[in-house]
Amino acid sequence: MTRGLRLCAEPIVAGVLSIAMLALLLAASGYPVGESLSALWRGAFGSWSVLASGTLVRATPLLFAGLAVAVAFRAGILNIGAEGQLLMGASAATAVAISLPATAGLAGLLLALGAGVVAGGVWASIAGLLRQRFGVLEVISTIMLNVVAVNITGLLVRGPLQEPTHTFPQSAMIDTALRLPRLVSGTRLHAGVALAVVCALALAWFFRSTAPGFRLRMTGANPRAAASAGGIDVAGVSLMAFVASGSMAGLGGAVEVMGVTYALYENMSPGYGFTAIAVALLARLNPASAIGSALVFGALEAGASAMQRDAQVPAGMVGVVEACVILVLVASEWVGARVGRTRSLNWGGPPDAKPAAPDSPAPADAHHTTVALLSQNPSPGTKTGTKTGTKTGKII
Amino acid sequence: MAPRLALDAIRRQYGPVIALDGASLTVLPGEVHALLGENGAGKSTLMKIAFGLEQPDAGVIAIDGAKTILGSPRDAMQRGLGMVQQHFALVDAMTVAENVALGRCGPLNMRQTTTLVRTISAATGLTIDAGAYVRDLTIGAQQRVEIIKALARETRTLILDEPTAVLAPQEASELLAWIRRFADGGGTVVLIAHKLREVLSVADRVTVLRRGRTILTAKAAEVTELLLAEAMLGTASPTSDHAAARTPTILDAAPSSLTDAVVTLTNVSARDESGAERLRDVCLTVHAGAIVGIAAVEGAGQRELLRIIAGRLTPFSGTVNAPTGVGFVPEDRHRDAVVLDATLVENVALRGAGARRGVMPWNRIRRETEALLVVRDVRASSASVPIRTLSGGNQQKLVIGRELASSPAVLVVENPTRGLDIRATAEVHAALRAARDAGTAVIVYSSDLDEVMGLADRLVVVTAGRVRAVTGDRDVVGRAMLTVDS
Repeated sequence: MTRGLRLCAEPIVAGVLSIAMLALLLAASGYPVGESLSALWRGAFGSWSVLASGTLVRATPLLFAGLAVAVAFRAGILNIGAEGQLLMGASAATAVAISLPATAGLAGLLLALGAGVVAGGVWASIAGLLRQRFGVLEVISTIMLNVVAVNITGLLVRGPLQEPTHTFPQSAMIDTALRLPRLVSGTRLHAGVALAVVCALALAWFFRSTAPGFRLRMTGANPRAAASAGGIDVAGVSLMAFVASGSMAGLGGAVEVMGVTYALYENMSPGYGFTAIAVALLARLNPASAIGSALVFGALEAGASAMQRDAQVPAGMVGVVEACVILVLVASEWVGARVGRTRSLNWGGPPDAKPAAPDSPAPADAHHTTVALLSQNPSPGTKTGTKTGTKTGKII
Repeated sequence: MAPRLALDAIRRQYGPVIALDGASLTVLPGEVHALLGENGAGKSTLMKIAFGLEQPDAGVIAIDGAKTILGSPRDAMQRGLGMVQQHFALVDAMTVAENVALGRCGPLNMRQTTTLVRTISAATGLTIDAGAYVRDLTIGAQQRVEIIKALARETRTLILDEPTAVLAPQEASELLAWIRRFADGGGTVVLIAHKLREVLSVADRVTVLRRGRTILTAKAAEVTELLLAEAMLGTASPTSDHAAARTPTILDAAPSSLTDAVVTLTNVSARDESGAERLRDVCLTVHAGAIVGIAAVEGAGQRELLRIIAGRLTPFSGTVNAPTGVGFVPEDRHRDAVVLDATLVENVALRGAGARRGVMPWNRIRRETEALLVVRDVRASSASVPIRTLSGGNQQKLVIGRELASSPAVLVVENPTRGLDIRATAEVHAALRAARDAGTAVIVYSSDLDEVMGLADRLVVVTAGRVRAVTGDRDVVGRAMLTVDS
């Protein structure tokens, strides 16, 4: 059971670490440390209502997008495009929802969510096909497709999907009958939170227990051996992983529209798709522990807006801290690998799989993936920071 | 006259493996000196030492009579040495001139470099377009770029590691003619080679290495192909456990109900990953309950042959009649056979994973893995540790066990004991023989001819993409590999 404990412990350690770092940063910038942190705490956990309406609601898209990143990274695909896939999912869900009559009810809701799944999957498959047909690196193509998706969303809310008065760059409001039901009345907590948790647990089961999940993990860990020793259709598996990853992000976008914003906005995502990379890495690509890490980041971001409101501390400061936490995590993996300690990344192996022997000689390849990823792209974390900082107020 | 390059009593050891055991080589100025030896005789290691890529554990290197230490290729280049390795060190996305510029010191002057390439090309007859991109060039042209790159550094002594292995016959004879002209013009060439006829046609002197020692140095005019082949092959070392001097027999001659053909290849031709034709019109029959040994020098086409039988490569012509689910133990275990970060259980589950459906029966696979650990004597603390934590021998025993677990009709193994210690080697050999006795058709290739001879019931030799059955002792097989008619 030590493994389970450790998986829970990592997000907690990261949370504590980021608070400590934030305190240092606040002190260095001349803000009142105690007052700011207490505003952060109150904004994240201060009451049942801020926990439900702030932290949990905020954690939901992070969890969906984090799962999307985890699926891709597990398959050896560096999908940096969760942001774009999420926006395409949100756009498709909105398009379906506003064209349906209120009488569609639950069926309409499911149709809208399904449209989000499909749109996200299709959007990610563009990068997948580009990689397989022309060898285009998905790191590049998915980042670029993010920009395309943002602008398509912008186009939609000024054109085909614009609200009836044609005044604001946003879509019409989705009918109440189609929205995701509230879980607790009086809060913004919607059924999407439960859906996200179910997805995380289902994905964990998929990796651990099913043949396609096993193929996906083996393909990610060593594609040549997967093909030669396992007879696995590596190209097929990796395309499937692109689609699955995009679908998960697309569902996140659809849930955000159907459960929180009730309309499509150009800037509806304050960089969820980028923070998702941090969520997935903190969870060590383990879907079940992504629940915990999404909660950590959800709390930090919800608290950040409270801190900005009550203590006049720029919310961007929390973004800086988030980025620092990821750097520390990745560095600790790297250092761990250097000193010859294999920290089990828990590749979702069979039940009761034990961590590596303490004297195992070499670093795990997965560590290289994350290290390589972050060293190539130091920006996602930072970017998240600035984006959340400037836009947090609009959303919550 | 001081020798251009003298290597004396060079020793080099890699872990327990002695690659060079007091080898010596003396190269005179203005000569073409051929360096011969079987796979693993130490030719490439000796030349890497001469070029500063490797450091000897003991021994003396002298250039132009002066004792010297070559700490790096840069030291060697400064003394006028150049080496063209089997795998070229060229940047595909750059032009010929840019590649040549990469190998030079001082400020970059592309116009000057382009002129230099043209001058060298004209002076040597090595035709090349200075502005062409390397990725667009044939292998032969890329080799010319490597040579020009060396000459642009004012190299007076060229070391060529099996330069003709990658070339078509016409290109090969052009290269040999150029080597002769280069030496006649005052240059010096050390030529590592396999093909004796071609060696004797161009070399002034010949040195033969065997098991890390210099066996013979002679003028090319004074030796015959037969003499060289004998010097290269020697007699099998009596201490080697698998070199029991038994003569494999041809089983085709006596087909019985017990020796049914399980694999039949008819007129099979195949290309390698780079598109070069590696097998041509191969016919081969493999019977149940026998070990077929494949003897070949590197790059003769055996790699493709093994993968066709194993169902991992599709030939572009001919028919292959082989069962599905052939067991395959590739030579590069870490790349092709196991997932290092996955557990033993997961690595066992890998076989057949492509066709599996539904939920993974982890409990059953775990029991199977634990049984394998016992049966195959794999030393592991548990079936749940990553396979990375096992020694190479234990990894290999698990791989062989996994491939044999479903009792396949055919097992293909490639260099099965590379890098293993004596004990693990013996265990792997025992496992292969046991599989044969249980009725499996086993196809074994090893770059160590003694290993192939020791295991095989029947031998086939692959040379230049063609396959033929051979009977006889080590000398006969060795000569067949080197295409020396006896």
